[in-house]
Amino acid sequence: MLVELYFLYFAAAIIGLSITVVTRKNPVHSVLWMLLLFFNIAGLYLMLNAEMMAAIQIIVYAGAILVLFLFVVLLLDLKKEIDAEQYVGIWPTGVAVAVALFTLILIMTRSFVAGPHGNLTIERVRELSHPGVIGRAMFTEYLFPFEVASLVLLVAVIGAIILAKKRIKE
Amino acid sequence: MVPVTWYMALSAAVFAIGVFGFVTRRNVIIMFMSVELMLNAVNINLVAMSHYLEDIRGQIMVFFIIAVAAAEAAIGLAIIIALFRNRPTAHIDEIKEMGG
Repeated sequence: MLVELYFLYFAAAIIGLSITVVTRKNPVHSVLWMLLLFFNIAGLYLMLNAEMMAAIQIIVYAGAILVLFLFVVLLLDLKKEIDAEQYVGIWPTGVAVAVALFTLILIMTRSFVAGPHGNLTIERVRELSHPGVIGRAMFTEYLFPFEVASLVLLVAVIGAIILAKKRIKE
Repeated sequence: MVPVTWYMALSAAVFAIGVFGFVTRRNVIIMFMSVELMLNAVNINLVAMSHYLEDIRGQIMVFFIIAVAAAEAAIGLAIIIALFRNRPTAHIDEIKEMGG
């Protein structure tokens, strides 16, 4: 019963904050609401016994990605944009598309059939510790994708520097 | 025990809100944030599945999604800065140099 209550709190907070994020006029407010949203999602991960994921959600999403967003929003002078019309002309169509997509996915979840269970029960994860389980899988079974992820991040770093730097005039 | 379909419904709702934000907002930065919202919806789904199926693979996938999201944010914001240098606006309707 208490678990359901916690879930309903997190679900209400996440949906409410998501709507707040996409409807704010000022991007700075939007980013700050998103910070609160990410903390709520981290709380949801804790409910699912994924402590490592909750930590990564806060460190990487809230700590790195959102700070980058906030940095860019504050770097650009967006005073004009706040007075301008915030939605495209046909925004009711957007609402219809979103509601239709939600209904479609909801209908699809009714026919969900769970696959075979793995061997990592909660007791086993507690015994090995959650970061330990993730590390073991990451550095054995998923070693190659892990290295590819580092390459993706390297490409992103180089690409961001090349795109954002000022062209030097001869 | 919360049924797994509740998590799927929550994830679908957040994803739909992200789609709504992406197709209706005109501010490039908020469109990017909508994309992050959609990625987070997928992450919620993967972590819930991973927990219910007692398998760690879903959470490994979340790891890679977060890495790609970080890369995407860095590149996307660099593009916005480059765009802003050429035209001081974040409104997509005013950016039509490429004839799109």
